[in-house]
Amino acid sequence: MTSTLRALIVASGFGAVALAGSAMAQDVKPEAVAFSDSGGIETPVAAQAGSAEAGQKVLTDRKLGNCVACHQVSTLDAPFQGNVGPSLDGVGDRYEPDMLRAIVVNPKKALYDGTIMPGFYTLDVGKHVREDLVGKTILSAQQVEDVVAYLQTLKE
Amino acid sequence: MKTKVILAASVLALFSSPAMLVTAYGDPAEAELSIDGEKIAVTAAAPEGHPFDTLYSGWLYREPETRALEEDSFENPGMFGVEQGAELWSVVEGSAGKSCESCHANPEEDMKGVGASYPKWDADSKRPINIELQIDKCREENMGAEPYKFDAPQQKALTAFIKHQSLGMPVKLDLSEGEMQKWWDQGKEMYYTRTGQLNLSCSNCHEDHSGNMIRADHLSQGQVNGFPTYRLKQSALVSVHNRFRGCIRDTRAEFPKAFSDDLMALETYVTWRGSGLSVETPAVRQ
Ligand code: HEC
Ligand code: HEC
Repeated sequence: MTSTLRALIVASGFGAVALAGSAMAQDVKPEAVAFSDSGGIETPVAAQAGSAEAGQKVLTDRKLGNCVACHQVSTLDAPFQGNVGPSLDGVGDRYEPDMLRAIVVNPKKALYDGTIMPGFYTLDVGKHVREDLVGKTILSAQQVEDVVAYLQTLKE
Repeated sequence: MKTKVILAASVLALFSSPAMLVTAYGDPAEAELSIDGEKIAVTAAAPEGHPFDTLYSGWLYREPETRALEEDSFENPGMFGVEQGAELWSVVEGSAGKSCESCHANPEEDMKGVGASYPKWDADSKRPINIELQIDKCREENMGAEPYKFDAPQQKALTAFIKHQSLGMPVKLDLSEGEMQKWWDQGKEMYYTRTGQLNLSCSNCHEDHSGNMIRADHLSQGQVNGFPTYRLKQSALVSVHNRFRGCIRDTRAEFPKAFSDDLMALETYVTWRGSGLSVETPAVRQ
């Protein structure tokens, strides 16, 4: 086998992986997320744009955001919505996208340190994290952008 | 029974109407509780140094049907456990050929007040012990029997039986004994420490947000005066360390061993946080 041929095979075989790899590489790692002076996060954390439809699912899924455990969204058809946090109705009017992103990524920085709301894309977490979750964020970068896209649709 | 089903259905209807959610729930119910003619203090003035002014039993945060179950000893499913405990009292076990009854012939009298004052300083082990550990201590030292496994049905039944003898009596700890104060301090630190991937402390839910709805749960002050409680969700008596571990697990954290120093410190502190509330064992919760 010539070296050119071998290179070709390797290139085609790994093409898909390399592509996915480069898309991954563009996700901002949780420890590299930059907050602006006003407390927002201007650059999306995921390489791909968010999907509001996917974001809606993250809000209601207990294993994902489970946001409605604490928040209410009147247009959502989800049972047992909570009121630990404010209603998210009209939240797209109240905040610019960079602030919505910052609140979801780490509300301890975006809102205030003592808030009960968990940070969904941060490694700044509590003690004794369950072993299989150490070093992991609650949501992926893509899920954060999906949620941010959905929150922007919540206008009065 | 029929009215209960209808009640439950209307509560469900309430939940499915989001507009009602915020207005329907919030503050603890304004209600009084007496069980078997015994008046139960479901509110109390907080002791000095407490973050709250008024303490509320978890009973006040439950739905009317759940509250009604606790009000009536004949309907309270937790009373089965208490009755089992009463039977176990006279069962001989271990190498010494003794039962609890051999040393405590009249549990209704001898055990009165006991359940209201634990955890207590144990000079032998130099740490606070709760009722469960006191039962184990008696089994090992006086009966020559094995300690129970954590949450063995007999352990829960005997604990419920002992605590039930203090029904209506105010919870009161003696923090001046031994090093109780040090353990209280350690428990307090735990109470305010955020754990897990969700980064939550006990105080986030039970102090900052008691009265709010988290999913289908009306958050209470997280009081322990009703333990072991009968949980409808689990159809069983639930011990206080089981409950603590459940709440810690929900923060997505590793949870401490039952009866570990961490959980004994937490039980000491959280019990103090309910000082003055009546013992309600076996309370009924959802
Ligand atoms: C454990 C409770 C909890 C969970 C889970 C939670 N939040 Fe929150 N959230 C709060 C609280 C409480 C506040 C208000 C700040 C405070 O009082 O601490 C808040 C504030 C917010 C705000 C600002 C609202 C405003 O009007 O100021 C947004 C946006 C938000 N949350 C979105 C989300 C999203 C999206 C999720 C899920 C991915 C989520 N929250 C999950 C408790 C929670
Ligand atoms: C994510 C929120 C959350 C956190 C954090 C949390 N709990 Fe809870 N806890 C609950 C819910 C929900 C219930 C069931 C409703 C109620 O009684 O408040 C509950 C119930 C309890 C009860 C039973 C109360 C009763 O009347 O039967 C106790 C005791 C308790 N919690 C103690 C604790 C302690 C101690 C910690 C910290 C180690 C803690 N909780 C952390 C949510 C939480």
